[in-house]
Amino acid sequence: MKKNKKGFVLFKRKYLCIPYGLFLVLFIIIPILIIAYYAFSDDTGALSLNALVGFFTSWSKVNVLFTSVFIALQTTLLCLLIGYPLAYFLADKKVNKNAVLITLFVAPMWINFVLRTGATRDLLTWMGINGGNAPYLATLIGMVQNYLPFVILPLYTTMLKLDKSQIEAAADLGANPFQVFYKSILPQSVPGIVSAFTMTFMPTMSSYVISDTLSEGKITLFGNYIYLDFANNLWHDGSFMAMIMLVIIGLTMFLTRNSGKEEREGGASW
Amino acid sequence: MVKKIIGQCYIWLILILMYLPILVLIAFSFTKATNVGVWTGFSFDLYGELFQNKEVMVALANTLIIAFSSAIIATILGTLGAIGAFYANKKFRKAFEFVNQIPVVNAEIVMALSLAIMFAALPSLLFKTDLRSYWTLLIGHVVLGAPFVFISVKPKLQQMDPSMYEAAIDLGAKPHQALWKVTLPEILPGVFSGFLLAITLSLDDFVISQFTTGPGLLSAGDPKIVTLSILVQDKIKKGPIPPVMRAMTTIIFLLVVIGVIGVSIYRNYQAKHMVSKKVRRV
Repeated sequence: MKKNKKGFVLFKRKYLCIPYGLFLVLFIIIPILIIAYYAFSDDTGALSLNALVGFFTSWSKVNVLFTSVFIALQTTLLCLLIGYPLAYFLADKKVNKNAVLITLFVAPMWINFVLRTGATRDLLTWMGINGGNAPYLATLIGMVQNYLPFVILPLYTTMLKLDKSQIEAAADLGANPFQVFYKSILPQSVPGIVSAFTMTFMPTMSSYVISDTLSEGKITLFGNYIYLDFANNLWHDGSFMAMIMLVIIGLTMFLTRNSGKEEREGGASW
Repeated sequence: MVKKIIGQCYIWLILILMYLPILVLIAFSFTKATNVGVWTGFSFDLYGELFQNKEVMVALANTLIIAFSSAIIATILGTLGAIGAFYANKKFRKAFEFVNQIPVVNAEIVMALSLAIMFAALPSLLFKTDLRSYWTLLIGHVVLGAPFVFISVKPKLQQMDPSMYEAAIDLGAKPHQALWKVTLPEILPGVFSGFLLAITLSLDDFVISQFTTGPGLLSAGDPKIVTLSILVQDKIKKGPIPPVMRAMTTIIFLLVVIGVIGVSIYRNYQAKHMVSKKVRRV
């Protein structure tokens, strides 16, 4: 560190990140390290594999992992199927000139998440779809309802950047609409699809409020288990499941590290 | 033309489906029945009851206090962090951005559990106390918001002309003056949208709140600070959304509508402003 004549440390702009740096270390890095330690220790503080053994020998827990992955995949696919044409139409100047519409699709996020979930449940109950007769369907509807905006935003960002002249050229050169879509539009929108996938898949897997509310407790997801462990002070089991979550997230991020980063950040800073 | 009609229909269909549950709730806020779907005559009674319902009002106050205080702290920390990291060397910056990205991509429940262990499990193991209180709830919400402030400020720093700060220093400004008078105005849009994002995330949050909340400042006598999300979750676990909350939904919805109108006016203004700026430069 450079010092001036009086012995004070000279100011540099990079020192401004010290408070936030300390905050990140204290409340993000250290807690994650504590989770890692808790996942592989017991109540006396000694290292132990109890949580690991407990997880993999419990059929219901492994089963919940698979159910969660399955529901999350289904939700993400449904969201993509609904959201893809939507984003395409929203970004197409010939169809939609109104920029307010995209804000309207994000605006439900400003209404409290739990309240929205409750509203969906009450409406579905009124329509006769409830946790009693169709817990799975109700959960799926609630998930799609809630996570659709997460898909629309990154897809919309990509769609705005589509190379119009390439699409027109393909059509001029004799490609039929299906070929134009398959050979030109779809490949161009892969980054948006990837980031939409990561932005939906992870939260769905770990969510527990939606499945708890809409299935009236009949469907248990990975998040529910972590919450139950938390509620019953089973810190070590909970930490181990959180570690599994972290590993899955890490893998997804690693596999998608090169594509869709821009869209993700664009989506994050709307 | 056909494409336009299909597109428009599709957009509006999905929009209506997305808002349907909220709209139904709003429609039934004008009748006193306990369940949505039952109409027992038009009345504004629920709105009167809402403002006299102490439970809801306290939760609302808690939510707003936490949202504003955490967003302000997150904005200060995140903005300073973004400026500092931007001018540090490349290796440090990359590492900093990586750690900042962790809470963004991480599952909320993992962050929440890690904070709960740090504030509750570990202290009770070591010192037989639970540290959770208003302050840990506040920290939880700053963890939620600050990374997004960082992300929204970063591009503004990249767009900024780097010689402006140097020029201010050369012309005799102290570093803090140059930062306050030159850098800050340039990155202000990013800071502002980061602040709004932090407020949004905090208002909407349930998981981190539930894991980090503790005895509080406002709700004396109550064992834990109850935010709106926690209160609503507690109610909907046992039955339908309480009638008074239907009235509350109407009010929240109206505020959101005002927000949407505000955002579009701001965007229009910004677009015009940008055009006139460009014209002037030419």
